[in-house]
Amino acid sequence: MVVQLFVTCLVDGFAPQVGRAAVAVLEANGQTVEFAVDQTCCGQPALNAGMRDDARAMAAHTIAVLDATDGPIVVPSGSCAEMMIHRYPDLLSSGPEASAAKRVAHRVRELTQFLVDDLGIDVEARGTGTVTVHKSCHGLRGLGIETEIETLVDGVDGVERCEMDEADECCGFGGLFSIELPEVSSAILDTKLDNVIASGAGTVVGGDISCLMHIGGGLHRRGSDIETRHVVELLVDET
Amino acid sequence: MIPVTFRERSTGELGTQKVVNIGKATRRKTIDRINASAAYPPMEAMRDRAREIRLHTLANLSEYLAQFADSVERAGGNVFFASDADEANRYVSRLAEDRGVRSIVKSKSMVTEEIELNHHLESRGLDVVETDLGEFIIQISGDRPAHIISPVMHKNRYEIAELFVKELDMEYSDDPVVLNAAARRHLRSIFLGADMGISGVNFGVADTGTITTVTNEGNARLTTTAPRIHVAIMGMERLVPNAGDLTVMLEVLGRSGTGQALTVYTNLMTGPRASDEQDGPDELHVVILDNGRSRALSSSSAEILACIRCGACLNVCPVFREAGGHAYGSVYPGPIGAVLTPALFGHDEWGDLPFASSLCGACKDACPIRIDIPSLLLEQRAESMNHRGGEFAWLKPGMAAYRRIATNPVLWRGFLAAGGVFGKASGDWVTRLPFHAGNWTSTRDLPAPAAQSFHSWWKEHRG
Repeated sequence: MVVQLFVTCLVDGFAPQVGRAAVAVLEANGQTVEFAVDQTCCGQPALNAGMRDDARAMAAHTIAVLDATDGPIVVPSGSCAEMMIHRYPDLLSSGPEASAAKRVAHRVRELTQFLVDDLGIDVEARGTGTVTVHKSCHGLRGLGIETEIETLVDGVDGVERCEMDEADECCGFGGLFSIELPEVSSAILDTKLDNVIASGAGTVVGGDISCLMHIGGGLHRRGSDIETRHVVELLVDET
Repeated sequence: MIPVTFRERSTGELGTQKVVNIGKATRRKTIDRINASAAYPPMEAMRDRAREIRLHTLANLSEYLAQFADSVERAGGNVFFASDADEANRYVSRLAEDRGVRSIVKSKSMVTEEIELNHHLESRGLDVVETDLGEFIIQISGDRPAHIISPVMHKNRYEIAELFVKELDMEYSDDPVVLNAAARRHLRSIFLGADMGISGVNFGVADTGTITTVTNEGNARLTTTAPRIHVAIMGMERLVPNAGDLTVMLEVLGRSGTGQALTVYTNLMTGPRASDEQDGPDELHVVILDNGRSRALSSSSAEILACIRCGACLNVCPVFREAGGHAYGSVYPGPIGAVLTPALFGHDEWGDLPFASSLCGACKDACPIRIDIPSLLLEQRAESMNHRGGEFAWLKPGMAAYRRIATNPVLWRGFLAAGGVFGKASGDWVTRLPFHAGNWTSTRDLPAPAAQSFHSWWKEHRG
């Protein structure tokens, strides 16, 4: 089956290894991966900042690019996928893009749901060390990603999964929230980091690079050597 | 100077004993809510039904308000529609002065906090005593409620013990039973001497004119029955069509608010004391308050008026847990307050509150009425941007520039390439950024942009 990879702006610029891993895992499971090179950002930063016109323009661009393609649109981010699935149809409810917005929204699948729920893949990767899962808000509460990430982690031979207290609590990122209210954002992050460290894991995994950049940035500032990785990175040996 | 922004207020609250207390209590209450809901199999269906009832009531609010007013009057009560806080306050103080009232007792009511009724009555020389234990503690310590259900959530029992030693002239004890008994003794004689009792209204029942208050202390029952005059103050949206609908609300309110199947006291009062009844006031006055609600009702955030004030969204909110209720500066804090406050009172003063959220969505999951609070926060943010300047004035031109890049694939690829150059020069981590981006690196490092973007990798290997 042909699948479209919508890689997201943060993966594109900050964590391309997540995109490469997604390509590798999808191909290893029989998918033909296409990448529409005119794709950019889904527009969520603008929507969350209260700038609807800007959000609408970016959404319209993304919709136009993706509507010209075929197959499921796989997104390695619960947050961006949720934006595209739930917000696009509202944001572009009238005008020429309305029907395309619905079509695109209907095709979008978050990566871990696509791998576990749609493809039912057998994880064949090997790894080492201890891992704990951060359950990102938009994926968990917006898309119902409750067990998919754990299922993937548990499929990796040699990796031990540790439970984390309040794994389903926000890390305090919230997009521009982290810049507009850095003190509160950091206080929420501190609670998260305490829980991460108490879990005893050597690596935090999740389904959203945005939250993982926040958690990772906080851990690094604390001098911790705990790593952060998107769960799909665990599924491949990148050499 | 009084801090005026959420950012300034919250920064002063972070890490204090107040928010440590709130962090513990909100987590405890969240567990109680989840357990109480799980123990009641119809809970999810009740939430659906409660939502239908509230949305139906809001959609037909003027009809139900007229019916409610007729019903109250038919039962022998008086109804006054107050368009704003000032009208409501003046109605109550004039009534008190007309009737020669000297002493007033109050049971817990957020709407009277909203209109600052105590302040008004005291300025007219009237004695007002709060009789809800939490509100009583707030009153004698000159504090403000930090939570809509548990006004003294920010104080622990040791702090309350110290306060009682000072204010109630008692020996130190931090035993909640002893503290409760001391407040009870102190308040009992005040109840018996009061001429007027003021209560809020959890729900008004439109077809009977019944006023419902839901409490865990006997104080609301005493407040509404012992004095000769009862004044009930109700936000105009707090109606249900009939008693059957009321039972649905009660099923979800107690479980969501305090984790109780039913609160200890559920008072249903219809009219003043009838000639064949023993208890109750001689006079009942119901003040129905607009104070911005009509405006909110006609806005894109009308759904926020479906709120039944259970406080569940405050308890799960990471921002509320860390910053506490006072950070919001409004009588309505937390996720609900971040929408309701600007919707009622405008964005010039309150436009920053909708931004006091990471949009994590825990509030929507917790809300018994399933109010889509994150979407309403986005509505309010969009509205706020029309009023917003100051510290975040850079956002508009900044986002306009990003939009220009993100809607042009050539510019986007150039943007990524520039990020790669910066990333190569920065090493793995960026520890210090200029201007507003420095708000990130004040407490967190930033992974450097990748030397090669995904776009560039794809072009090289697959393009």
